[in-house]
Amino acid sequence: MKIIVRSVISIVAITAFFGFAYPAVMTGFAALAFHHDSTGSLIEKNGRVVGSRLAAQSFTWPRYFHERPSATVPAYNAGGTTFDNLGPTSPDLAKFVHDRAQAILKLEKPYNPGLTIHDIPVDAVTTSASGIDPDISPAYAALQSRRVAAVRHLPLATIQRLIRQSTDGRSWGFFGEPGVNVLELNLALDKLGGK
Amino acid sequence: MLPSGYSQIVVYVIVLIALAAPLGRYMAWIYTRERDDAVERGFFRLFGRGSGDEQDWKRYGLTVVGFSAIFSLVLYGIERLQHHLPLNPDHLAAVQPHIALNTAASFVTNTNWQYYGGEYTMSYLSQMAGLAVQNFVSAAVGMAVLAAVVRGIARRSGGTLGNFWRDLYRSLVYILLPLSIIVAIILISQGVPQTFDAHATAHTLQGATQTITRGPAASQIAIKELGTNGGGYWNSNSAVPFENPTGLSNFVELISILLIPAAQVFMFGWMVAARRHAWMVFAAMLAVFVIGVGVNLPAEQHGSQVLRNSGVNITMGHGQSGGNMQDKEIRFGQAATATWTVATSDASNGSVNGGFDAMTPAGGAVPLVNLFLGEVIFGGVGSGLYGMFFYILIAVFIAGLMVGRTPEWLGKKIEAREIKLAALGALFVPTMVLTMTAVAILTKSGVASIYNHGVHGFTETLYAYDSQSNNNGSAFAGYGATSFSASFGTVALYFGRFVPLLAALAVGGSLLKKKIVPASAGTFRTDGPTFVALLVGVIGLTAGLMILPALTLGPIVEGLMH
Repeated sequence: MKIIVRSVISIVAITAFFGFAYPAVMTGFAALAFHHDSTGSLIEKNGRVVGSRLAAQSFTWPRYFHERPSATVPAYNAGGTTFDNLGPTSPDLAKFVHDRAQAILKLEKPYNPGLTIHDIPVDAVTTSASGIDPDISPAYAALQSRRVAAVRHLPLATIQRLIRQSTDGRSWGFFGEPGVNVLELNLALDKLGGK
Repeated sequence: MLPSGYSQIVVYVIVLIALAAPLGRYMAWIYTRERDDAVERGFFRLFGRGSGDEQDWKRYGLTVVGFSAIFSLVLYGIERLQHHLPLNPDHLAAVQPHIALNTAASFVTNTNWQYYGGEYTMSYLSQMAGLAVQNFVSAAVGMAVLAAVVRGIARRSGGTLGNFWRDLYRSLVYILLPLSIIVAIILISQGVPQTFDAHATAHTLQGATQTITRGPAASQIAIKELGTNGGGYWNSNSAVPFENPTGLSNFVELISILLIPAAQVFMFGWMVAARRHAWMVFAAMLAVFVIGVGVNLPAEQHGSQVLRNSGVNITMGHGQSGGNMQDKEIRFGQAATATWTVATSDASNGSVNGGFDAMTPAGGAVPLVNLFLGEVIFGGVGSGLYGMFFYILIAVFIAGLMVGRTPEWLGKKIEAREIKLAALGALFVPTMVLTMTAVAILTKSGVASIYNHGVHGFTETLYAYDSQSNNNGSAFAGYGATSFSASFGTVALYFGRFVPLLAALAVGGSLLKKKIVPASAGTFRTDGPTFVALLVGVIGLTAGLMILPALTLGPIVEGLMH
């Protein structure tokens, strides 16, 4: 009986402190010190939210760089993140990779006649873990650059410069791997104009 | 010059030791401090006469079990009533009963197995006042129990192990809270959301709309890693950019996963005044950790059969990190995902920054085996080290048999009762895992949860019960929730937590009463490399051999088939 009473008192106190006070104080701190970073890293254009730098969104038009495949329903659903969960020997995975590689070849080849399947980096044909990986590898960005340059009538060098500017290097030059933020890259392209 | 991936792992180990050693000393001081602070005195006055007294192992254990049972009920209530409660801006419905039950068990037992997706199942209130609170409490319970068991080893008189309420309070307020605040601030600075605003709606460049879910996440993620809880705010857990936006956030979360369990080894060394012995225990853990990374990383970098045969480029270099990128994120690549996978499965954390289901057979076997070792390689906060004590007892017992002497550990004679308890603690959970897997494979309702067909489906099932029984919480995420799998899992969660916990307290209570035997020339030394080799060997033999037949049915067949 004593255990029950003491447990209940503890639960109330712990919930009040760790369930409410702690997150509330951290939220207050975040709002003051890191307002942008703590509210979803949203990106606005002309006063309208166009996305978050931390979430991939669907790009299918040829004038844009495309994201990695996503296993969420619908694709790039930031409210329903999920793994693909296809096992390493799954025939479904083999078909998925094959189809995706063929689609990339069909899309890019007109602008890059020498392209073969061996030039496609692995991240282009595999789903990300979150389904909203905002990055593509620099290799996949390079592969798409000729198409985007041709469609927008821009010099390839300009596109390559924008890719470099949208590349997040390793943190402190050391931790993690470099990736190209696709939404930021496409926004930079739109800003530049072109057709 | 090492490739960048490997140097990141070396730096990780160095930073971990540099932080864990001083933290361990601080924790030893916290748990042995005589004086209560003003808040402790206030609570003990409120709790009534005798509430702050020392408890023997039975009293201590009873308090732990009672407290956890009542907290389970409260958590279940919050989940079932969330649609009537405040802080539900996205108007989520009540959690289904079997999911709510499994989730309550999962969080109270420091497991955080998730049969649900956080962002579309749990209201802000359920996440914050329910699950996040348990992240603190279940961790603190493990830490308290460890402190009590260590006192049993260290003390030379009396019949008591400490006071649960005092240990709980000190774990929460003096250890978990300050560390969580530091980690949360770093995560917020990297872009992890911390807000009470409802989701944002974005109008994408191609004219569609996209929902950006957010919430008070950073404060919860900090404790989810530090407390070896692992339950994600988002479904894809620490792979989601909002939980883990950068290489730096990944490194900080990765340090947080092993920090307290590693520090507890040093704390143990200080409290029992055997620091060399503690270093040897640490060395044994580190050895198994390094082996895990040494298997997983090359296997994943080599890539899966399907990807190698597809013709696409999986070679590292020329603007990509390459390897098996299926269900992995660009900003982590292979090295940071491999380190995480091994750390989270060693430590009973269970958070993931990439999908296990899609890993190569050898890569995916690593977390499976790690879980089966009983989460003693660093392990869960508290539970890892007290689980390791079982293996240490078995190791000194075997050494004693070899030299023909009564085994001793830290000056205390190890006799039949301790060995029986150690065997119970070490073998109960693996036995339960194999039994439950067998039942789940042989019944229709069990098989219904499987996602991938054939051999891989067996691995998913084995992993599900392995993970829940060992209170890890990571998943071969394809394994689905049915009322059968959720209820069966609930049993695994509670027994997997409390049987070893009570066995450890009983060992502490038993060692407490032993007289100190002075070391002699015949005493097996537990502070040298021989002990490390013996300990690793015992862990490998005890747990490894039990899982080998099951591994043969799962990943080994899968690896051979292609």
